[in-house]
Amino acid sequence: MAVIQVLEPGLFTTVQDLGREGYGPLGVSPSGAADAVSLMMGNRLVGNAEGEAGLEMTLLGGAFLFPEGAVLALAGSDFGATLDGKPVELWRRFEARAGKVLRLGPTQSGARCYLCVLGGIEVELLLGSASTHILSGLGGHEGRALRKGDVLKIGTHRWKMPSGWAASFRKREWVLSDRVLDALEPRKELRVTDGPQNDRFSEAAKKVFYESTYRVAEDSNRMGIRLQGPGIPAPVGGEMISEGVALGAVQVPEGGQPIILFVEQQTTGGYPKIANVASVDFHSLGQLRPRDEIRFRRVEGLGARTMLVLQETVLRSDLRDRRLLPYESRRFKN
Amino acid sequence: MGYTFASMGNLAGEGARFQIASDQSLLVYFDQVDKTDRSKDRPLQDQEQGRAEARPLQSQPLQSRARQNQITVQANEKVRKLLRLLELEPVAGVRNLHPAYCSLLVKFDVLKLQHGEVEEILRGYLARLEEVKLPEPRMVEIPVSYGGEFGPDLAEVGALLGMTAEQVIELHSSVEYQVYFLGFVPGFAYLGELPEGLVTPRLATPRRKVPAGSVGIAGNQTGVYPFATPGGWRLLGRTPLAMFRADRAELSLLSIGDRVKFVPISREEFVAAEARGN
Repeated sequence: MAVIQVLEPGLFTTVQDLGREGYGPLGVSPSGAADAVSLMMGNRLVGNAEGEAGLEMTLLGGAFLFPEGAVLALAGSDFGATLDGKPVELWRRFEARAGKVLRLGPTQSGARCYLCVLGGIEVELLLGSASTHILSGLGGHEGRALRKGDVLKIGTHRWKMPSGWAASFRKREWVLSDRVLDALEPRKELRVTDGPQNDRFSEAAKKVFYESTYRVAEDSNRMGIRLQGPGIPAPVGGEMISEGVALGAVQVPEGGQPIILFVEQQTTGGYPKIANVASVDFHSLGQLRPRDEIRFRRVEGLGARTMLVLQETVLRSDLRDRRLLPYESRRFKN
Repeated sequence: MGYTFASMGNLAGEGARFQIASDQSLLVYFDQVDKTDRSKDRPLQDQEQGRAEARPLQSQPLQSRARQNQITVQANEKVRKLLRLLELEPVAGVRNLHPAYCSLLVKFDVLKLQHGEVEEILRGYLARLEEVKLPEPRMVEIPVSYGGEFGPDLAEVGALLGMTAEQVIELHSSVEYQVYFLGFVPGFAYLGELPEGLVTPRLATPRRKVPAGSVGIAGNQTGVYPFATPGGWRLLGRTPLAMFRADRAELSLLSIGDRVKFVPISREEFVAAEARGN
């Protein structure tokens, strides 16, 4: 079985897929890729199902040896990757021949870069997902970030195509269109809808929130993105009862410095939520680095949905271009 | 069609109220309380893990607290019934459910469903809550070694409440608790209610790291930390039991609706249990 040998783990590299939804009643948050859109696009580029597990690198990438070779793609932020010393582009399928080393360095753009491999990273699934849940030390590779010397299995892929097609597939340039690349560009102005306690915040509080620039704090992580900036005046109505919290919820604790709940979030919480980041901008959250400066823009619920539908359409447009074939259509009948 | 904000706040069957939480989730509240006035009718002295103490809890009159607890018990039963129904008859497109004391967050695939549709479906489920039979609650005993390094706040809690450490232990282990929900982190069960005499405000400054297995109290709640996490509850002891582990069929030791009793054990018994891998 083909493997990946971890020569250097990088700053914080974990195995992630699209997470484990459906276990809220156990207090288990989905986890999964912080920038799921990048992981999905990377998987499409190598020819995987979009939810296949890949490696999520944070701020500083690692070095990986492929003793048996592998078909790869890098997605998300540019970590200055080289293969055997030669630069490798983002958003492009490439092959590492047996014995080659892929090296990544510090980020040159956003927070996270994904390494996708044809066949996916094979780990034992927990509640149906390969995602690492760091806080509980569960899932992924031994429930932790990668270390030097780790060996990861590459899954077997099930490509079936008529003979003769394979060669043309191999030659085909697996890249993304400019239109798709534009849609993938992370935003610093995040679109938000009203949070469930929005009406408990005064107009003055909302003005502070929507008209200020917030800086991403150093102690932000996959559980929550902590922001520093003008304090948001406390809401009326006193303390509230703990309730379920949604991904991207912008909660305002005492002191008024907002926290955006992220992929490895607590499932319930008792802080009032002034807003909630729109799904269309979740991937931008995954690319926020400490000290990045962000702003919020309010959109209506219906508008947020329309934006997401539009984004999906754009991201899938390459599939219609047939430059990338959808996974399903690759399952030929014969 | 789009979801209009005008439809929010309407009471549905079973005294439920809907509130958009995000573009892909909807909250169902069972508190029946006008939102602007919710603070006055707070059912539980809820204590957020990372939160600094805002006000003393003893200030509330006993009677109103008892009444509020009653509200929580009833609302929580509805939460569990709705959760049960949604688990028995899953809705296509609903991706996750986050139960809490008096509410249920319903997370759905925004490309398949819209808020209005989810509300419509949930109204149908709510109309049937009466017929939902909750499973017989399981009784789970949790051994706890109280005090010492396992319960660094035991003495102070005793001092605050005018009791000896032994009295605190006896009181804490004398009652059957109910699992209102699991939340915060995997396997963390919110247990209530604490006997009146044990109601204590949380620590003014949360600990950066609470060891796994720690048994804490805050407000009129108690619970066990399944993992080493930050936390502000006052720690009375520690259990050798694993609250959440991946290598057993029931990942979480406790489930929503369970009944829980704490059983004091000695330090030696704790060490022995831990050595056995409990």
